[in-house]
Amino acid sequence: MQIAEGVQLVTFAILSILMLGAALGVVLFANIVYSAFLLGGVFISMAGIYILLNADFVSAAQILVYVGAVNVLILFAIMLVNKREEFKPLKNGWLRQGSTAVVCGGLFALLSAVSIVTPWSISTVSPLSSSVVPIAKHFFTDFLLPFELASILLLMSMVGAIILARRDFLPDDVGATSTQDSLTLPERPRELAGK
Amino acid sequence: MLQLQYFLVLAAALFCIGIYGLITSRNAVRVLMSIELMLNAVNLNLMGFSNYTDPTEIKGQVFTIFVIAIAAAEAAVGLAIVLAIYRNRDTVDMEQFNLLKW
Repeated sequence: MQIAEGVQLVTFAILSILMLGAALGVVLFANIVYSAFLLGGVFISMAGIYILLNADFVSAAQILVYVGAVNVLILFAIMLVNKREEFKPLKNGWLRQGSTAVVCGGLFALLSAVSIVTPWSISTVSPLSSSVVPIAKHFFTDFLLPFELASILLLMSMVGAIILARRDFLPDDVGATSTQDSLTLPERPRELAGK
Repeated sequence: MLQLQYFLVLAAALFCIGIYGLITSRNAVRVLMSIELMLNAVNLNLMGFSNYTDPTEIKGQVFTIFVIAIAAAEAAVGLAIVLAIYRNRDTVDMEQFNLLKW
């Protein structure tokens, strides 16, 4: 499916402006809740750019995984770490930020110069109509082992995140908790109200 | 016509914004958000090359899906670590996580 070239260009311009603006907002806003919602904006505009690149499946996966899972996870983390604190200003903080900005600008100039100057070997084959079937073929033939390893990695990270995030049990209290169910892990009694 | 270079420059800009946020932000959750921005920039590079130089095999899209899966795992573990540090030190200021600082 090919849409008109002018429409493609305008769509790309709008999506890239949205994405860069939202990304700058993520980095620069003082309130972190605004940053989290703008991060969702970055992810959604990234999914639109993937559609411009003829990748329908990855675009849907981007919205499902990033907006639906990662962004919600970040919002939950913000809610769990809901401490309003004023960060003490560092001495020479402006120097640190300024030098970081200079280095990042230089890196951006270098990367753009390289990507513009290099003669990429652009293929002239017209793109596929749907990307789902080739991706599935890759997953179940030549990328089968990484695919299964990724599922094991997801399981490991899920168990690891639960182990890391749960409250640690009291060592002297272990013997007393033997009366409860064998399926529940002993843990520190929770404080009901926030400090 | 859209060129490959547009996407590469956009990805470079996003990557540099991510690095800036990674270094300068004080809040630990915002550092994780900056890491997500950088991973998205890398994904955009992969997708651009996949569409413009390899439009029949689209191996770049397969790589992008792996990167998305690993980024989700990284976000979960990273946020759990931030939560554990917050319980331990009672702050999310990156400048006060200096146990290993010499």
